[in-house]
Amino acid sequence: MDYVIEMLNITKEFPGIKANDNITLQLRKSEVHALLGENGAGKSTLMSVLFGLYRPDAGVIKMGGKEVQIRNPNDATALGIGMVHQHFKLVEVFTVLDNIILGMEPNKFGFLNKKEARAKVCALSEKYGLQIDPDARIEDISVGMQQRVEILKMLYRDNEILIFDEPTAVLTPQEIKELMVIMKNFTAEGKSILFITHKLQEIMEVADRCTVLRKGKLVGTVDVASTTKQELSRMMVGRPVSFAVAKKAIEPGEVVLDVKGLTVPSKRHKHNAVKNVSLHVRAGEIVCIAGIDGNGQTEFAHALTGLERPSAGKITLKGQDITEARVRQRSKLGMSHIPEDRHKHGLILDFTLAENLVLQRYWEPEFQRGGFIKKEAVRDYADKLICQYDIRSGQGSATITRAMSGGNQQKAIVAREIDKNPDLLVAIQPTRGLDVGAIEYIHKKLVDQRDAGKAVLLISLELDEVMNISDRILVMYEGEIVGEFDPKKTTAEELGLYMAGARRNTPAEGGGAE
Amino acid sequence: MKIRNRLAGAGAAGIAAALISMLAGILFGCIMLVIIKPAAAGGGIVSMLTAGFSSPEKFAKVLYQAAPLVLTGLSVGFAYKTGLFNIGASGQYTVGACLALICGIVFKLPWWVCLLAAMVGGAFWGLFPGFFKAFFNVNEVITSIMFNWIGLFAVNLLLSNIPPVLANYYGAANADRTAALAAANKSAIIPTLGLDTLLRSSYMNISIFIAAIVAVVMYIILNKTTFGYELKACGHNKNASIYAGINAGRNIVLSMVISGALSGMAGGLYYLAGTGQYTIEKNLLAMGFNGIPVALLATSNPIGTIFTALFVSYIQVGGEAMQPEFAAENITIIIAVIIYLSAFAFLMKGFITRLIIKNADLIPEGCQDGTEDLPDSSGVPGDVEQNNKSEEADRS
Repeated sequence: MDYVIEMLNITKEFPGIKANDNITLQLRKSEVHALLGENGAGKSTLMSVLFGLYRPDAGVIKMGGKEVQIRNPNDATALGIGMVHQHFKLVEVFTVLDNIILGMEPNKFGFLNKKEARAKVCALSEKYGLQIDPDARIEDISVGMQQRVEILKMLYRDNEILIFDEPTAVLTPQEIKELMVIMKNFTAEGKSILFITHKLQEIMEVADRCTVLRKGKLVGTVDVASTTKQELSRMMVGRPVSFAVAKKAIEPGEVVLDVKGLTVPSKRHKHNAVKNVSLHVRAGEIVCIAGIDGNGQTEFAHALTGLERPSAGKITLKGQDITEARVRQRSKLGMSHIPEDRHKHGLILDFTLAENLVLQRYWEPEFQRGGFIKKEAVRDYADKLICQYDIRSGQGSATITRAMSGGNQQKAIVAREIDKNPDLLVAIQPTRGLDVGAIEYIHKKLVDQRDAGKAVLLISLELDEVMNISDRILVMYEGEIVGEFDPKKTTAEELGLYMAGARRNTPAEGGGAE
Repeated sequence: MKIRNRLAGAGAAGIAAALISMLAGILFGCIMLVIIKPAAAGGGIVSMLTAGFSSPEKFAKVLYQAAPLVLTGLSVGFAYKTGLFNIGASGQYTVGACLALICGIVFKLPWWVCLLAAMVGGAFWGLFPGFFKAFFNVNEVITSIMFNWIGLFAVNLLLSNIPPVLANYYGAANADRTAALAAANKSAIIPTLGLDTLLRSSYMNISIFIAAIVAVVMYIILNKTTFGYELKACGHNKNASIYAGINAGRNIVLSMVISGALSGMAGGLYYLAGTGQYTIEKNLLAMGFNGIPVALLATSNPIGTIFTALFVSYIQVGGEAMQPEFAAENITIIIAVIIYLSAFAFLMKGFITRLIIKNADLIPEGCQDGTEDLPDSSGVPGDVEQNNKSEEADRS
């Protein structure tokens, strides 16, 4: 069998940890090869080795059977290896065309010759159906188009081996479908693709083979056609994973959160980001707000949790008007908040894990006396949460949070917010960027809260998540609630139509909610 | 237990890195002296390195200059720990000195009241940059630089228009400086508790002990109190602090006020020693700026600040002893080199830490209930890189 690139027995060690331990990955010509593993399994390290960002301690890379040295990304580019990073590497204030040619600008005597470049880019864009506007600035175009720009960058450089690092995390369901088609086109052209992902469904759809890593070690490489999602997830996590979340039937209780006519101005444009939204959440139910990113969910969540001021409307928590309440007051009244962005809002990355675990409670008498922090109490409490919520880190409660993996950082936030024993839990994209094991865990915790008679408001972009765990679904589109659904009586396709704005219920049906 | 050892290792690495940069800086200084004037270099080097210990009087001078340096170092370091860069220590120092001298000379108040007045003056001068930063998001570096000059000239204007504060009011010839405390009000001089006779120097008083106590207090505030926790939280991540219900605006103002009070107190300690008189000049006072290297070298650790201030003061006294063969400014160059090297020291700190912990046990302490004790791959740089990447994304 012909391999275009082979990574043989790669070992890469960092102080105290083997990130890659004797890993072999062989990429065939014209295949989509998925690379699957939990956060911290060593996927990024392996790809960094291939892209020349790290040198392996042991092992060789062969191209077409001959050993090659990849010392830096330029070597990788010269060998025809291109990569779309999870977080795009684009210059925001440059145009699409400028970004594509950046680094290998065609020129005559030092003067730019963009005409030639434009022709080549337009031809590529047409050939692969990658729609772009070459003169638009990156900061003005959608995330989906930014990703197409990244893909065009690789094509412009005539790369034959394309690495996609979690490309679907930022896309809508429709865009994901388009990307899958494009990837198929590439392989039909003879290009080979390495596809890093957490999402098993996508692997089943598009990949030919799949290599699974766990804790830095190779678990195995399998033909996708002869395996199942269950089998793949078992290989990745090391134990069987259940996809369906077990929920007992429960009769929702009293209304815990009541929002009436909430309107929030946008920071980016002159219009309102949230327009006259009314909804309620009762005890013992999970209400989910579904929608495509950027339709006012963030602003709604900020107004609800006190980070932003609404311009109109009323928020009532357990019968108390909290529209004007400070963040701390809301927290004391029984609101917990798992924020959308764990690095910006959720954690102080340079604090230790213990310090972060008491971020919402350090002022309580349990943890301080006369203004002095009770270090022992904080540490004991942190140790308790670490055990109870299985938060893994290098140095226990003394670990600097920045050094922890994303999944464990998120677990720490979930532990902190749930252990506060709130009446209302507001969770915004709580599983973003996490692997199957961690997602399963967090879903279970959310359902536990519901079963314990708490109100849960979940804001999510993931349709699977929405369908799986919610009791009621509200779809948000352009700042408005455009429909309310029972997850048992609707389909992902129907929700997708509402999320894209193609359909909407009259406010009396959908927005009213009661 | 192993975790504790590792943390101690990291602390030791910080100290080692600071020491290495100091030694390398001094080595550089010696080479520089040899190149400038080979014949006198031997004597110059000996003076530079030993002058501070050569006589009790010189040693007293080291302590005398170190006291205000500790405080301006604490001022800069405290602000830095809370996410602010207070480059306005010089202005706060000047305003503090001014209030202390007016209280001492004009109102004949005792030394400790004058010292409190100095703190109030510095705090007041720190209030402005803090206020503008917190409520209008004006960069504190710009405002505090401007307030250095505003402070200097306001103080000059004020002092030259209060005749009873000037030296000629007490019969001296000069009108361009404040009166000697010995002539105006002996009770405003910081007590010596007999230390001056012990070291046979008029420079010697209890100010270095006051500074050391303040350093310990700052250490406790920063590391042991909820107040310090909040201040540091705001410094590291303002958004997350707001999310946690901390009043970030108030904390920014408070942090600049406290930082200013420390610088103001430094001005008080220096001029209330009774040996120096405030001279009306057109240049910013260097003591405020010297707090920056002191804090940098100590990586803003309050306890470390005591030692780095003593070191800077020690080689400054050495520099004075090198005259007239070598200009005292050579010491400024050496200090500058040390600061550059201390930036490398941050890199070295990481390197040394890695050396120390290389063979240390990385397995986390297990839970009581026997949870799986697997080493998490959290330390993989790939993950850290991912974190950083998404942070970049946040910023954009």
